[in-house]
Amino acid sequence: MNASFMSELTPKEPTVNLELALDHGLTHEEYEMIIDCLGRTPSFTELGVYSVMWSEHCSYKNSIIELKKLPREGEHLLVEAGEENAGLVDIGDGLCCAFKIESHNHPSAVEPYQGAATGVGGIHRDIFTMGARPIAALNSLRFGSLNTPRVRYLLDGVVRGIGDYGNSFGVPVIAGEVYFDESYEGNPLVNAMSIGIVKAGETASAIAKGIGNPVLIVGASTGRDGIHGATFASEEISEESEAKRPSVQVGDPFTEKLLLEASLEALQTGAVVGMQDMGAAGIACSSSEMTAKGGQGMRINLDLVPAREPGMTAYEMLLSESQERMLIVAHKGQEQAIIDVYEKWDLHAVVIGEVVEGDHVTYWKDGEVKAQIPAEHLVLGGGAPQYVREMKKPAYLQETQSADLSGLTHPENLIESLEALLHSPNIASKRWVHEQYDTMVRTNTVQGPGATDAGVIRLKGSKKGLVAKTDCNGRYVYLNPRRGGQIAVAESARNVVCSGAKPMAITNCLNYGNPYKPEVYWTFKESLAGMGDACRKLNTPVTGGNVSFYNENPESAIFPTPIIGMLGVIEDVEKHKMSPSFKNEGDIILYVGSSRIGLGGTEYLKVIHKLTTGDAPILDLDVELKVQQVVLKAITSGLVTAAHDVSDGGLAVSIAEMGIFSSLGAQIDLSVLSGSIHEIWFSEAQSGIVLTCQPDQKETLMKHLLQGGVEVVQIGTVQGDALLFEGVGSVSLDHLHSIYESAIPKVMS
Amino acid sequence: MFKAKVSVTLRPSILDPKGKAAHHALQNLGLTNIKGVRIGKFIEIDVQASNEEEARDIVELACNKLLANEVMEDFDIMFEY
Amino acid sequence: MGVVVFPGSNCDHDAYHALKYVMNADVKFLWHKETDVSGLDIIIVPGGFSYGDYLRSGAIARFSPIMQELIEYAKKGGPVMGICNGFQILLEAGLIPGAMRHNEQLKFICKDVHIRVESTQSIYTSTLQKDQLLKIPISHGEGNYYIDNDGIKELQDNDQVLFRYVNAHGETTQQANINGSVDHIAGITNKQKNVLGMMPHPERAMEQLLGKEDGKQIFESVLQVLAIT
Repeated sequence: MNASFMSELTPKEPTVNLELALDHGLTHEEYEMIIDCLGRTPSFTELGVYSVMWSEHCSYKNSIIELKKLPREGEHLLVEAGEENAGLVDIGDGLCCAFKIESHNHPSAVEPYQGAATGVGGIHRDIFTMGARPIAALNSLRFGSLNTPRVRYLLDGVVRGIGDYGNSFGVPVIAGEVYFDESYEGNPLVNAMSIGIVKAGETASAIAKGIGNPVLIVGASTGRDGIHGATFASEEISEESEAKRPSVQVGDPFTEKLLLEASLEALQTGAVVGMQDMGAAGIACSSSEMTAKGGQGMRINLDLVPAREPGMTAYEMLLSESQERMLIVAHKGQEQAIIDVYEKWDLHAVVIGEVVEGDHVTYWKDGEVKAQIPAEHLVLGGGAPQYVREMKKPAYLQETQSADLSGLTHPENLIESLEALLHSPNIASKRWVHEQYDTMVRTNTVQGPGATDAGVIRLKGSKKGLVAKTDCNGRYVYLNPRRGGQIAVAESARNVVCSGAKPMAITNCLNYGNPYKPEVYWTFKESLAGMGDACRKLNTPVTGGNVSFYNENPESAIFPTPIIGMLGVIEDVEKHKMSPSFKNEGDIILYVGSSRIGLGGTEYLKVIHKLTTGDAPILDLDVELKVQQVVLKAITSGLVTAAHDVSDGGLAVSIAEMGIFSSLGAQIDLSVLSGSIHEIWFSEAQSGIVLTCQPDQKETLMKHLLQGGVEVVQIGTVQGDALLFEGVGSVSLDHLHSIYESAIPKVMS
Repeated sequence: MFKAKVSVTLRPSILDPKGKAAHHALQNLGLTNIKGVRIGKFIEIDVQASNEEEARDIVELACNKLLANEVMEDFDIMFEY
Repeated sequence: MGVVVFPGSNCDHDAYHALKYVMNADVKFLWHKETDVSGLDIIIVPGGFSYGDYLRSGAIARFSPIMQELIEYAKKGGPVMGICNGFQILLEAGLIPGAMRHNEQLKFICKDVHIRVESTQSIYTSTLQKDQLLKIPISHGEGNYYIDNDGIKELQDNDQVLFRYVNAHGETTQQANINGSVDHIAGITNKQKNVLGMMPHPERAMEQLLGKEDGKQIFESVLQVLAIT
C-alpha cells in the first residue's frame, strides 16, 4: 500500500503555520529549522512531536552547552553522563549502581499529590529501565513559608503523594531534605532520586537496532494524560496554567510494581535488544531517542497501541504522558518470550512496530503516515537546538555581597537564639514528613532519615554498603552562585563521609528560573562552574541528572537551587557506619576544621535578624578535601564514635543535634575557637566536622588528624543530660528535644 | 434543613487505578459482563437555607472549595425530599 | 516454609530473606496463581500493597487462586502467619475475626514500636514470656484493628490476643496505641490458634545491623515448635 502522505488539512486538525508553532512553544527560528530539515511544512502531528522533543524539558536546549562543561568521566563510571536513562557506576563485588535525580516541580504546584507521586514513579522507571532494581529513594523538597495555608496544603499533598506511591511500589526512603523560604512561594520544588542495583554485565540499554526487530509497547494503556506536560514544564506558572491542563497525570504504583517485576524478568529472557521507559513526551520521545541511538529507523503503527480512551488522534497518542509504560525492542522471533512475561504479570505487551532501514521515525495511524521525521533531528545531541543565552550579573549581588554585618545588634541570650533555630522549620525535626514514608522495606536500611547525616543501606551478599544524600542550600547560591555551587557538592560529600563512606559520584537536579532572563542564566552558569570546581577537587564526577527551568511565579524567581544527589560506597558497612548521636558518657568532643567566621547567608541571620544577605559561607576546597579524607580514614580506622558535619545553624546547632539524637548531654567550651561569639556559635563556614572519641583514643585520633594537615581542637566532653556551654549557660536536653520535635507537627495540625 | 446528595467523580480522561483494579478482580470472579468500573465518592450534606437555590449555592461552594479536586474531578448535586 | 507472592506484595522478599538467611530455614515462594500447598509446614502471607491496596486493603488478594487452598490448609490446622497486608488479607478471607480501618491519625506511619506478649499459648509465642516486650517496626496506613464488643470478649475468653501496642515501659497508654486499634490489639490468632495476624513486621527486626532483632524470637518459637531447620 502506498504511503498516503499526510494531508495537511485532516478534519479537526488545525492549519500548521508559524502562529500555531509559536502557540506550541517553538520559536520562529526553530520553526524554520523544521521546515528546512523536512523540506516542507510539518504536519500537525509532526509539529506536536517537535514541540515536545525541542521543549526545554526534553532537549535541554538552554542548558546542554553549560552541562557539557561539568566533569563527566571517572574510573568507576560505566556510561557517560546522558548516554543512558541514568548514571551507572561500578561499585565492586560484581555490582553496579544506577542512580539519578529528577524534578516534577510544575505538576506538583498544580496537583501536589499526583505531581509528587508521578515524579517518584518516573525516576524509579529511569532506574529499572536499565535493568537495575531500585533499592532506595531520596527526595528533596522546597516550599514557601510554612505560615501560609497554601504551603501547608502543598507540603501535605506532596508528602502523601511521595509516601503513597513509594510505599506501594516498595522502595524505602532513606534520606531527604525539606526547606522553606519565601522565594519558593507558588513554585515548590519536588526532586526525587532513585538508586538501583544490577549485576555487572546485566544492564539494559535504551537502543533500537537490528532491522526487522519488533518494537513493543508494554505496561499501562495510553490515555490523554498530561499532553504537553513537557511544554508545561517549560513555561512559568501563571494563573492561566492552572486552567490550561487538559489532563493531569495520575500515578498507579501497583501497575508500576508489576511493570518493574515484569521488566526485570523480561530482561532475563535474553530477548531484549533495548528498553526505554516513557516519561516526558511518551511514545514520541522514547521511540525517537532509541532510534537515534541505534542509528537506524523505526516505524510505528499507532492503531496497535492499547488505548484507554476511544478516538485518540496520532498527535494525542504520541504526546500522551500516561504513566507506567515502556518501549522495548526485541530480537526478531523472540518477542513472544517477552509478551509471555508481561502477560503473566497482567500487563499489556503489544508489538506496534519494527526497526527499519533508513534514519526516520515514521508513525502511522488509520492507514496514513501521520509523521515522518529523521530521528536524529529530534533529539538532544542531534538536531535539537542548543543555545547560549544572554548573561548578566544580577544587580542585587552588589548590595548583598557588600552588606556590612559587623554592625548587627546580636541578641544577648545565645541559648534563646539556639532554641529559636532548633524550632525553625528548616532545622527542626522532619519526623512529621519521614514517618509517612516506609523507610525499612527490603530490609536493607542501616540508617534511615532522622538522626543521621546521610542514608545508609547494606547490600545483601556483600560487606559493602551505599550511602546517599541530597543537598543544596539555595540561599548560598543566591548570595554567591559560584561558591554556592561548590558548597552544594562539598556539603553532600561531607555528609557521606560522616556516615563512613567515600564519596564517589553525583547526580544533579538543577532548579532555576527563566533562562531567558540574563541574570538567571548568569547565575546558572556560575553555579555550574562552582559545581564543576568541587566535583573535580573531590573527584566526584557528574553521572547525569535533570534541568528544571522556569521555576518562577508571578512575583519573582526562586533561589537558584542546584540539588546534588551524592553517592558513596562504604567498604564494610557493619564496621564503618557512623552516626551523629553522642554515644558514651565521657567521650571527648573535637571540632575539626578552620575558623568559624562569617554570618552571611546563615539561618541565624534569617531567623533572628530576618535578613537574607551577605556573602555565602567561606569554603576552601583544598581544606575541604583534606578534612574529608582525614576524617574518613579516622572513621574507618575505628577511632571515632560519632561524627556530624556543621551546616545549617552552625556549630551550636550541630552540637545540640548530637545531644538531642542521643539524649546524652555535654559540657562544651567554645572559647578555644577564635572569633566573635555569635560567629563561633552560628557561622555556617564550611569544612567543619564535630567528632567524638573514647578518652583512650583521643591522643591517637588527634595525632592522626594533625598529621593529616587539618586543624583540630577539643571543645568538650559528653556528660549528663543537659548542654552546658561554659561562660554562657546550660539548657536541658529534654527541653531542646521538645522544641526540636514539636515545631513542624504544631504548624501542620 | 436541606439534604444534598453529592457524587464526586473523576473526569473521564483521568486514569482510575482503583476502578481498574476492581474491574480486573471482578473479571477474575467470573463477572465478565462487567465492562468497566470507575470509583468515586458519595457525600451527604445537611445544609440550612431558606430555599433550595440558596442551599444549592452553598453546596456548590463547598464542592468547589474542598470536596472535589477541581483539577481532576466533577461533581453532581441532588436534593432529597 | 512458603511465602505467598501476590501482585504488589513487597515484603515477600524480606520474609524470605529472614527465613532463609537469618533462620536458615527451607523456604520457597508461592506465586498467587499456584494452588499446591502440600508439604508445607507453615505459610507466610507477607506485607506490602497487594493489588495496590485498591478498593480495601486485602480485598482483592483474598480472591486469588491460592487463597482457596490456603483456607483449606488453615482449616486443617496448618499454621498461617499473616504480616501487615497479610493480616488484612486473612481478615478479608474470614480466617480471623475483625476488620482493618485507616489509622486514627489518618496518616501512613512507619516507626519502631513496642509490643507486649499477651499469650504464650500459640506456636508463635510458646518460647516467649508473657508480658515480654518486643521492639518491632510497624509500617502501615490501615492498621486500625476493629472488632465489636462481643468480638473482643470472645478474643479475651479464648486467649486469642497475642500482642498489644505498649510504650517502652510496657504500658498500654493512649500514645502507645500508634493507630487507634481497639483494645490496643497488634496481633491475634483464630480460635484454633494456628492462624496469626499481626500488623508489626517481625521480618524487619532480625539483624542488629539494621538496628533491631526482637523479631527473631517469634520465628525461633515457630521453628522450635515445628522442629524444622
